Amino acid sequence: MKVEVRISLKRDVLDPQGEAIRRVLTRLGYTEVSAVRVGKLMLLDVEGEEREHVRARVEEACRELLANPIIEDFEVRVL
Amino acid sequence: MTWRRPKIGVVRFPGSNRDADAMRAVELCGGEAVPVWHESEDLLGVTGVLIPGGFSYGDYLRAGAMAAHSPVMKAVRKHAEAGGPVLGICNGLQILLEAGLLPGAMLPNRSLRFIHKEVFLRVERDDTPLLGKLRCGQVLRLPIAHKEGNWFAPPEVFQEVERQRLIALRYCSAEGEVAEAYNPNGALAAVAGLTNREGNVLGMMPHPECRVDPFLGEPFGKPFIAALVEVS
Repeated sequence: MKVEVRISLKRDVLDPQGEAIRRVLTRLGYTEVSAVRVGKLMLLDVEGEEREHVRARVEEACRELLANPIIEDFEVRVL
Repeated sequence: MTWRRPKIGVVRFPGSNRDADAMRAVELCGGEAVPVWHESEDLLGVTGVLIPGGFSYGDYLRAGAMAAHSPVMKAVRKHAEAGGPVLGICNGLQILLEAGLLPGAMLPNRSLRFIHKEVFLRVERDDTPLLGKLRCGQVLRLPIAHKEGNWFAPPEVFQEVERQRLIALRYCSAEGEVAEAYNPNGALAAVAGLTNREGNVLGMMPHPECRVDPFLGEPFGKPFIAALVEVS
C-alpha cells in the first residue's frame, strides 16, 4: 500500500525558512502571499492488507521517529 | 591508593566528527577514552559517556533523530536512568533531545545559517556533579558550530524547565548580560545548555572539548570534561 505522510511545523513554532521564502515571493511581486510554512512529504510503500492497520502502524512510526511531536504535526493518508 | 583512571565512552556515529578531539580532551583530563560504535548494544564497561558533535547520519530527517534510535542509545538510556553521567556536546545535545533524555527540541538557527564563532556563556547552575567545577554567574568563552541550535520548548514544557531549574548555560555578553543581541541562534531564553532533573545528564551546544588544551586558548572547556571524568 502507498502511504503519504505529511509533516508540518506546529502553528506556534516559528518557521524562518518559510518566512525567508515569503520575503522573496513578495520581492518577486507575489504580494498576495501572506505566509509560507515549509513541511516534509514522505511516500512509504507498506506491506499489508488492512488499511486501518497500515494507518495505525505508520502513525506509530510517526510518533516514534518520523515526526518530533514537540515541534511537528503529522498527517497520514493511505492512498 | 590505586591510581584510578575512569573509562569514558565516546560514542561514534556515522558522521560524528568531534570524537577524536573529545577523546583527547578526556585523556588530558585524566580519563581513559574508549570509542563506542553506534551499533554496540553495550557500553563496554565504561562509567561515563560522552556524545560528541558532528552530523550523525548526515542530519537526515532532523538533527540527532536517527542517532537517537540507534542500538547504542538504548544502552546510554539505561546508563543514564541508573544515574550514570552523560555529557552531550552539540550534535550530542541534539541526540539527547531527540531521545527524550533532555527536554525540548532544536529548530534551525533563526538566521538559517551555519554559525561558527566564539560566544560568551553564563553558568546558571553549579550544584550538579557535571557543573560542580563552575560557579553560577561565571562567564565562559567557547566556540559554537551548528545550524540547528535554536532550542525550543512549548510553554508547558518551558515552565517545567524553569521550575526545575534545568537551564545550565545561557548565551550572554562578555560581561554576562543575557539579551537577544547576544543570542546567536534564537534559542528560547538564550538556552545554550541543559541538564536533566537528576543532574547526571548535561547537554550543551558549545564545544568544551576544543578548549581543554591550553595551546588552543584559555581552557574554558576543561571544567566540563574534567567533571565528567571525576564523577565517572
